[in-house]
Amino acid sequence: MSAATLTSDKVVSMHATPSAVPAPAANEPAAPVAKAAPREPRTPLSEILLAVFKAVFPPVAGMALLIAVWALLAAKGGSIPGPLAVWDAAKVLFADPFYNNGPNDMGIGWNVLSSLQRVGIGFGFAALVGIPLGFIIGRFAFMNAMFDPVISLLRPVSPLAWLPIGLLVFKQADPAATWTIFICSIWPMIINTAVGVQRVPQDYMNVARVLDLDEWKIVTKILFPSVLPYMLTGIRLSIGTAWLVIVAAEMLTGGVGIGFWVWDEWNNLKVEHIIIAIFVIGIVGLLLEQALLLLARRFSYGNS
Amino acid sequence: MSRKTIVKVEGAGMSFDTKKGKFVALRNIDLNIAEGEFVSLIGHSGCGKSTLLNLIAGLTLPTSGSLICDGREIAGPGPERAVVFQNHSLLPWLTCFENVLLAVERVFGKKEGRGKLKARAEAALDMVHMSHALQKYPHEISGGMKQRVGIARAFAMEPKILLMDEPFGALDALTRASLQDELNGVMEKTGATVVMVTHDVDEAVLLSDRIVMMTNGPAATIGEILDVKLARPRDRLALAHDRDFVDCRAALLEFLYQKQVKKAA
Repeated sequence: MSAATLTSDKVVSMHATPSAVPAPAANEPAAPVAKAAPREPRTPLSEILLAVFKAVFPPVAGMALLIAVWALLAAKGGSIPGPLAVWDAAKVLFADPFYNNGPNDMGIGWNVLSSLQRVGIGFGFAALVGIPLGFIIGRFAFMNAMFDPVISLLRPVSPLAWLPIGLLVFKQADPAATWTIFICSIWPMIINTAVGVQRVPQDYMNVARVLDLDEWKIVTKILFPSVLPYMLTGIRLSIGTAWLVIVAAEMLTGGVGIGFWVWDEWNNLKVEHIIIAIFVIGIVGLLLEQALLLLARRFSYGNS
Repeated sequence: MSRKTIVKVEGAGMSFDTKKGKFVALRNIDLNIAEGEFVSLIGHSGCGKSTLLNLIAGLTLPTSGSLICDGREIAGPGPERAVVFQNHSLLPWLTCFENVLLAVERVFGKKEGRGKLKARAEAALDMVHMSHALQKYPHEISGGMKQRVGIARAFAMEPKILLMDEPFGALDALTRASLQDELNGVMEKTGATVVMVTHDVDEAVLLSDRIVMMTNGPAATIGEILDVKLARPRDRLALAHDRDFVDCRAALLEFLYQKQVKKAA
């Protein structure tokens, strides 16, 4: 309602200015007002309920199916704990997620946080290196031709293959795990940024050429905003992969972290905790993904 | 013609290397454009009229001949030759005001203060009656409004010559007519030199002082040049029955549909 009145105010004030010629200008601003006016008086309650049902039912049914299959397998298999046993274990575990009984016995909260910290640091360095590199590769054909074979060769390598190199160089487990995150995060970031730079619409570059903008203005006003959606896709892919890799890396390096925790609970034969960890890893990954999607939506412009 | 020549095209030709060999788009183009003149380039699609405009803009360089603007060889694009693109080419992450300001800053930023620059951008948008949408983003306004902002951006640069590549081609007939009238009004106020590519016969006659008719490609060149000696300001309703207007229109139609028949693609 407020949007409609605001628009009509502006239309009125525009007509009040002496220079305005109403004939051509008045047609267009009038349109949004007209669109806003015919509003459905009220949707019937039954339709609202139906819409809610349509939105909520399928995901709930999917989760129910998952739990049902799990319960069935647990009942038949014997060694896998069922949903109820895991639920009971989870209640105990999440009653105090941040206890600290020394480095080998910390709450699940601490483990998740330290994994996230490693991902954050490794990813941060990857962004610092990968985004500028992506810009350079995207902007200069020579650099693209030069780095293309290197990236094509290294990208398919499992980041865990780089773990021993990290251990060798850093002589410590923790930075070595961060190093694997760096390696796995950097490729999507370089590639997506470079593709984004290469796909800046020629129209925008023509604007830059006609205005004869300097390189700094081209980067800040045209390249960066145009590449940003691609960069955010790169970031999302990187963080997704990083979250996959950290679990495996921590299983190998030990220390505090959700991956190590899974392995530790396996050694203690607390299978309920492993299943809890699977859910926790899944939920954290989902939240990361959603947060970045939200960010990407903020910076996607209604193009054309 | 007593007015100063601002653009001189001498024997310009343009060819592209393609997989099938050399493709000659334009040949032997000779054209002088005087200060304050409105010249239209008209022809069937593929006749190289946009190529010629891009040569004047400096977006592409000729493979033969030369183009001179204001006594200097055209070696690349520059803000003294502003372009209104067919698809408006506004930057979607900047508001209408910021889009115009970007151009104004480039041209006047070194000489004038912030307040003066903003006033220039506002004045340009006011001229095309877009003052109500200063803070709107391009995706929030209609196609006709976007093209107005594109025109405002070009005029705000106070170019020596304004180049328009089918500026109203993507708009519906009614919006196009109102923008043509608006452009006529702006030209009367500013006395700008304009080169416009169009395929619309009425638009060409209504706006131009001279209409350059191009032959069909490949190897297109200038076929005929028509002087439009209609008094300004021009009124589209009065002109509809005007003898000279009808004659000009007939001459164009004859050229396009009799002398340069385009085979159906």
